[in-house]
Amino acid sequence: MGKLKLIIKREFFAKVKNKSFIIMTILSPLLMVGLFSLIVFLNQKNSEEVRTIAYVDDSQLLDSVFINTSSTKYVNLTALGIDEARNEAEKSYYGLLYIPKIDSLNTISTGISFYSEDTPSLSLLGDIENKLEKKIRDLKIEQLNFDVAKIKATETNVDIVTENFSGEKSSKIGSVLRMIAGGGFGYLIFMFIIIYGTSVMRSVIEEKTSRIIEVIISSVKPFQLMLGKILGNALAGILQFIIWMISAGLLLFVVTLIFGPEATNTSNTMGQMNPEVVQQMQQSSVTDLQVALAELKNLPILTMFFSFIFYFLGGYLIYSSIYAAIGAAVDSETDTQQFMMPVLMPLMIAIYVGFSVIENPHGPIALGFSLFPLTSPIVMLMRIPFGVPWWQIAVSMALLLVTFVGIVWFAAKIYRVGILMYGKKPSYKELYKWLKY
Amino acid sequence: MGNILTVENVCKTYGNFTALNNVSISVPKGSVFGLLGPNGAGKTSLIRIINQITLPDSGTILLDGEVLQPHHVHQIGYLPEERGLYKSMKVGEQALYLAQLKGLSEAEAKKKLKYWFEKFGISDWWNKKIQELSKGMAQKVQFIVTVLHSPKLLIFDEPFSGFDPINANLIKDEILQLRDEGASIIFSTHRMESVEELCDYIALIDKSNKIIDGKLHEIKQQFKTNEFEVGLISNSKENLLSEISSHFTISTNKEISIDNELRLVIGLKDNETSKDLIQYLNDKAQINHFTEIIPSANDIFLKAVANNG
Repeated sequence: MGKLKLIIKREFFAKVKNKSFIIMTILSPLLMVGLFSLIVFLNQKNSEEVRTIAYVDDSQLLDSVFINTSSTKYVNLTALGIDEARNEAEKSYYGLLYIPKIDSLNTISTGISFYSEDTPSLSLLGDIENKLEKKIRDLKIEQLNFDVAKIKATETNVDIVTENFSGEKSSKIGSVLRMIAGGGFGYLIFMFIIIYGTSVMRSVIEEKTSRIIEVIISSVKPFQLMLGKILGNALAGILQFIIWMISAGLLLFVVTLIFGPEATNTSNTMGQMNPEVVQQMQQSSVTDLQVALAELKNLPILTMFFSFIFYFLGGYLIYSSIYAAIGAAVDSETDTQQFMMPVLMPLMIAIYVGFSVIENPHGPIALGFSLFPLTSPIVMLMRIPFGVPWWQIAVSMALLLVTFVGIVWFAAKIYRVGILMYGKKPSYKELYKWLKY
Repeated sequence: MGNILTVENVCKTYGNFTALNNVSISVPKGSVFGLLGPNGAGKTSLIRIINQITLPDSGTILLDGEVLQPHHVHQIGYLPEERGLYKSMKVGEQALYLAQLKGLSEAEAKKKLKYWFEKFGISDWWNKKIQELSKGMAQKVQFIVTVLHSPKLLIFDEPFSGFDPINANLIKDEILQLRDEGASIIFSTHRMESVEELCDYIALIDKSNKIIDGKLHEIKQQFKTNEFEVGLISNSKENLLSEISSHFTISTNKEISIDNELRLVIGLKDNETSKDLIQYLNDKAQINHFTEIIPSANDIFLKAVANNG
């Protein structure tokens, strides 16, 4: 036990003192926050840009549509006539909207055109089209002598409330939350396995190429060395993740302090909206927030937490021992390619399957891959927030444990023989032979 | 005195390949034991089994009278042929780590390292990384790490490779000193002159089998061919030569012109003794050189391997 501790300590410090590790640990949160700030900043810049659109409304019907907003201003050039307005707009405005003179409301929709230097964005056009359609609709209703107020009264906003049979309310927001929670955990495991599995493999190859391996295993059992390496790297990885979480949290906090008011402030835009709409929006966002909080409470957080720990350990141990075996089997990192594919495959499949699992968390595909031990750490974690029968979790965990023991046994065998083999790259057939040494 | 190590009937196969076939050796306490053999003969396999890196398929190994067990690794110091150190780790840290893996406490290891680093005059390397050292310098560190925990049994596989002659001598003296202090040493090498200088006992392994073992000088006796090199001074060398060749077998002859000396290697038959030869020659000429030809370790090695082939 004392030796295992020594090995873990050495592996941990060898990893942590490594320059690239230090740089990655410090730089990653800065990069992340930097990128985030850049996006926020660009968004702000974008929305600060005000476009002025000129319009010529020869129909004289739609003038009331053009209300300035924070991002778009309208200038009425109807008095200039279309030809002059075009010249004027080309010189000093973003674009010119032309509504021709019409005989009847039925033909108005066809003649409207927009002139501009560059192609306007879809959202801008859509926005204008929506406004016009709404106005024309109101005009038509008036023309047909319908009571506008009555028609307004027929409009309803349907919001389906979903509830499971035991009476717990859920919502779309809840589904999104579940997707984020499950997907996030699954993805975290995926990243961790790839980054630190590779790191275990590199460390094994380093010991082989520096030829220290035989000196070490004359003092400790190869299995102890392998286990110590895997655990030491995992600890370094966990430390890195913790540092990332804390520093990203701190930096985000700082960034919100700097950009915060503008980044989150929406009252500007709201000020120009119909007060009714604003109220409605505020109401709905409040209820959404409440629902989200309630949903958060509804998530099986304890199950998620413990299963995360379990699947994280199981998945990482299985894959990193395979990585260790690969490292032992080859002489240099360039030789690892042919063995890497079969390892990455189940991981990639797990992530792809994960996406469909989020859509249909209880389908046969989801069930199958959440039981299959090489994909279960990722897929099952993605399913758990949606509620998984306990027996499925139990079977999946049992399978994972059995596989874990099997794979570690198998990897340890290959590792034990491989670390003392130099020279040519072994074939799969030779690896099989090593199992019997 | 007894044996520090007894290997009895050890067999080891890898798949269809037999690495060791019923090999037995005994290493007496306080001796330097040469483990010799051509490349691929099975030496490294045997050494790895003694170090418990691999397990034998059958056979027993006793260390100081006890059946080999995991805790015995603390009593063995092993310098493998394929050796190295962590390149990016500091010399001191690394030596401490390896010493602790051999069961020393941190304080003990520090104390001993200080002693050895001073002895080799390398104390200022403590904070250097291995990649900053030359190969020979790294080998010194490696040697220290091997002997640091004062093991009862030391196993050196080609210990002199990578050393210049000065440092090779330094290491040789250290090995002999360790023996004098009570350690037993297994020494595997292809450099036969170092076998002559160092080894008290040898075992020769070829094609997975042990073909010779015992005290070096006894083996030499076994392998001697009853040949003598003589130097004779005579005025009529041709007559002398033909006269001798009618009585004895002359395997080589060469004339040294400066002092008129005739140098011959004469082989004796089983019924002839060196006394007969001296008497015969003494009557014919003046003898100024007479020596029995003792085979070198190199000769024994080549001959034994050729016979085994």
